[in-house]
Amino acid sequence: MEEKDIYAELSSIRNLMERSSKFISLSGLSGIMAGFYALIGAFIGYKVVYTDNNGLTLGNHYANDPVAWRSLFFIAAIVLVLSLFTVVWLTIRQARKKGEDFWNPVSRRLLTNLSIPLITGGLFILILIFRGYYGIIISASLLFYGMALIIGSQYTFTDVKWLGVCEIILGLLAALIPGWGLIFWAVGFGILHILYGSIMHFKYNQ
Amino acid sequence: MKLSLEQFDKAFENRVRLQIMSVLVANESYDFNSLKELLQVTDGNLASHLKALDKEKYIMVNKSFIGRKPNTQYSATKTGREAFKKHLEALENLIKQQKR
Repeated sequence: MEEKDIYAELSSIRNLMERSSKFISLSGLSGIMAGFYALIGAFIGYKVVYTDNNGLTLGNHYANDPVAWRSLFFIAAIVLVLSLFTVVWLTIRQARKKGEDFWNPVSRRLLTNLSIPLITGGLFILILIFRGYYGIIISASLLFYGMALIIGSQYTFTDVKWLGVCEIILGLLAALIPGWGLIFWAVGFGILHILYGSIMHFKYNQ
Repeated sequence: MKLSLEQFDKAFENRVRLQIMSVLVANESYDFNSLKELLQVTDGNLASHLKALDKEKYIMVNKSFIGRKPNTQYSATKTGREAFKKHLEALENLIKQQKR
């Protein structure tokens, strides 16, 4: 056996171990788009909260106003559905381009591991809404999302972990500084996603 | 420069077997169809190599059904993991020897 054969052998082993245990078709572009949806959502939310309907500005009172929270919740749900749809669509497209099957053991593992903290977080937020604890909803959504990302990062690019860490820090800050929720939400789900998506897009040359 | 193959594991002489082992060492378990997809080999080829690894007790086979479809999961045994590690060390030693 020649020396270059050994190197080829070792690199093929390494490549297989990586490819079989990490899902690398996650689309960076979809991150950018999800970020834009979130920014648009946050802007509409801001309008809803801070412009008046009958000569009355909700302004800082929205923190305890169920009507304002209901429309904010509605906007957030639309942003979530649109983002999920875009991520799934672009990721399938990306996998096809690479000749990879998007529905493989790794993507299944990634999905189950992501869905546990995400569904828990979603239910927790619904309970918070139901019980009227509006003030910590944004913080909870950032925290659960950040933890889901850190868990999911084991099955995809490690960069996802750092996005998760940033989301958790924002979530804690949002809990600490009340009244700035919408801003933290726009930074966490909007700006961070655009930043992360661009990094992924150029780093992995998609 | 030709190198001796003596310290290599005979079970890993075949490239596909070494590839199967790499996947199973990196993952808790893997199913037949996903392995086939990943390694780009035929059913018969993959089955024969899996059988050979099973005979060496390097892998474990777990057969079950999802609905009516058979679902066969493979995982590396402790013996298999150690053999794989030794094989990699042998490759590493060869490179070191040549550098001297």
